[in-house]
Amino acid sequence: MSKGEVVASFVVPVHPHTVLAPDQNAGWRRLRDAYDQAAQTIKDLEADLIIVYSTTWPSIIGHQIQADPNPEWVMVDHDFHDLGSIHYSFNIDQEFAHGWNKANHQRGLQSRCVNYKGFPIDVGSVVALTLLNPDNNIPAVIVSSNMYANRSETTVLAKSCLDMIKAQGRRAVAVTAMSLSNRMFTDFIDPSEDKIHSLKDDEWNRKILEFLEEGRLEDVGQLSRTIHQQIRVQKVVAFKPMWWLSAMNGNRNNLTGKVLAYEPIHGAGGAVVSLDPTPSGAGDKEYDEDDVEHYQGERGVLDTSSADSSPEASTGPATPPSATANPLASPSGQGPALWDPTNAEGSVNTEAAPKPVGAYPHARQVGNMLYLSGVGPRQPGTNAIPGGPIHDVEGQPLDYDVKAQTRAVVANIQRIVEEAGARMDQVVDVTTFLIDMKRDFSGYNEVWAETLGRYGPTRTTLAIDALPTPIAVEMKVIVHLGE
Amino acid sequence: MGQGKIVAGCLAPHPPHLVYAENPPQNEPVAEGGWEQLRWGYERLRASLSHLEYDAIVLLSPHWQTYVGTHFLGLPHFEGLSVDPVFPNLFRYTYDMSVDVDLARAIHDEAEAAGLPVKMMENPDFRVDYGTITTGHLFNPDWDKPLVVISSNRSTAYYSVEVMQEIMVELGKVTRKAIEASGKKVVVLASNSLSHRHFTTESDLPEDMSKEHITSHAMHLWDMRIIEYMRSGQAQRILDEMPEFTEQAIAESDGGGLSWLLSTLDVPDYPAILHGYGTIIGTGNAVVEWPCYAHEEGSQ
Repeated sequence: MSKGEVVASFVVPVHPHTVLAPDQNAGWRRLRDAYDQAAQTIKDLEADLIIVYSTTWPSIIGHQIQADPNPEWVMVDHDFHDLGSIHYSFNIDQEFAHGWNKANHQRGLQSRCVNYKGFPIDVGSVVALTLLNPDNNIPAVIVSSNMYANRSETTVLAKSCLDMIKAQGRRAVAVTAMSLSNRMFTDFIDPSEDKIHSLKDDEWNRKILEFLEEGRLEDVGQLSRTIHQQIRVQKVVAFKPMWWLSAMNGNRNNLTGKVLAYEPIHGAGGAVVSLDPTPSGAGDKEYDEDDVEHYQGERGVLDTSSADSSPEASTGPATPPSATANPLASPSGQGPALWDPTNAEGSVNTEAAPKPVGAYPHARQVGNMLYLSGVGPRQPGTNAIPGGPIHDVEGQPLDYDVKAQTRAVVANIQRIVEEAGARMDQVVDVTTFLIDMKRDFSGYNEVWAETLGRYGPTRTTLAIDALPTPIAVEMKVIVHLGE
Repeated sequence: MGQGKIVAGCLAPHPPHLVYAENPPQNEPVAEGGWEQLRWGYERLRASLSHLEYDAIVLLSPHWQTYVGTHFLGLPHFEGLSVDPVFPNLFRYTYDMSVDVDLARAIHDEAEAAGLPVKMMENPDFRVDYGTITTGHLFNPDWDKPLVVISSNRSTAYYSVEVMQEIMVELGKVTRKAIEASGKKVVVLASNSLSHRHFTTESDLPEDMSKEHITSHAMHLWDMRIIEYMRSGQAQRILDEMPEFTEQAIAESDGGGLSWLLSTLDVPDYPAILHGYGTIIGTGNAVVEWPCYAHEEGSQ
């Protein structure tokens, strides 16, 4: 099995002209030829997954991922309906879609799969998949562009996608369906008169392409907001695709880029660009944004009284007597306050795991052994407890779901293990603490069998009186890192 | 010909939640209700207009978004399945609608003569946008009147609210002129919300009304201000304040529907009837009627 990687990336234009009318304009023909060249490259690379991030599929409630295994319909463009219709029938990788959706949730994102007959797949996705995967031999997945998403959310979306690519050992191609400058002529034109709408747009487009040709994808990502202000018309979503594509490539500036074509489509800047992950040798990078692993933005606007959704809602105890202590109060306003992890030699810490409740690291490496501090189900950032807390702020017992808590514990373990560069199959010993053996052993045992049990570590399960936070299960883990 | 007239104008929002909550046979998902204030508002609107005889409905939907000119449905019949790309869990509606192509062509031709870029949409595979379907259903569940459907030209995005409004006021004037020349009685609908800042999360049960509220106090203030202008017959002030309203309330008036409607109604100085107001995933929505029939020359 492949180690799981992005084997190539492409920027492709969204308008239907390249499918329906390539011969009405020499530039549209060159774009079509470039599309065909990109399709051949994908075939030659023996890619087994095409992932399309489409700027013409806006979403509001987080991101949406297409999960209909065989969506079929006829697409007619809202503007260019006179060019004709595109009949499509795509091969969607449903398993990957659901896995990505789950990985999104584990990284704190709001997302959902859509699987509905007749779902209107957007023009950008239809054009991209029709031309890049003409035989429909390669499974694909499509993700929307959330109209409210910022860079951190879009970056985490890419990282959860990479989680799945690695987990499934896929040879993936990442595609952004997008225009460069997106200002079209607002009147009808003869195809032979097509040109980039303005000199300013053209100059910006050429600067973007110069960067991409040099493999400086992350630089384009960092310039996205400026590019949006300069040459983009606000069409529901801003210029976000380069955030996603850069994160899909490790936020690097040393890719090997090639501009296959750059032409106007009714005034907008259309380009087909290939980005080979092979380092080009340039690679100078001044990274000026947080390399966020887990989305911690405020999304809980529906119910701000929720026990764990907003920092403002927390009324926990005073800050612990340490300069490193986090000012956030306790999970659900209960239990001890949170600390930043300590950082002695060999410590392994990650923002993708919940904050400690004392002065200790998430894990510590000694030789080829990795020892994890006790791991609970709290969610990083929000401190939400999947499955619910075991009691309220007054100590009154609450119903909770031990299976959901156990799954969250395993997910947190995986984040720490992977932060150390290790794998879950290197976990060799686990000690589990349950606060109610009689009630919870069965559910916990069931999730164990589906998760850690598959890797075969030794295990000891103990019943204890209480844990520091209102949770039902915690695990102590030892990992052998190999020679 | 001549003697055609607009008998009523309406602000008629289109969130698919309203159709979902109603459980009509055409829509596949099933709800336990919800958003009753707005759905009852639509009921009151329908009752208010039930005594009127009219030939067609002219509707401008912000979800048929065109960047190159203004487009008109140009075939007599459309049918199919409409799935909302944003809320497919709520709206999968089988539609079957007729179009008054003659009237659509007449408005198209008047607009063209006035110098506006326009086009008839004559591709039979075209899928009608869900905003049109939602408003079409809520306004006329029997679908027994032909529609004229006008796209939303996104000139706000390209230029400014002011330029958008200039274009939409012109489009409104030629719409009225074409209707009057057609000899037909027509209801005109602008299918848009007022403030339009959404929640970005959805409750497990979408129709859980304990989760529904306006996104922010500022949005509420703007919505009430605009509604008060409607109720007190100050349409001109709405047009005057459209740039500030559209930008500060992130209002769906950016699609031009409200400006077009007020222009089509000749900027009414008589009070509109507020049939309902409510929020849908945080956005502000009003069902409003301008009873032109009661303000015709010579009417009592």
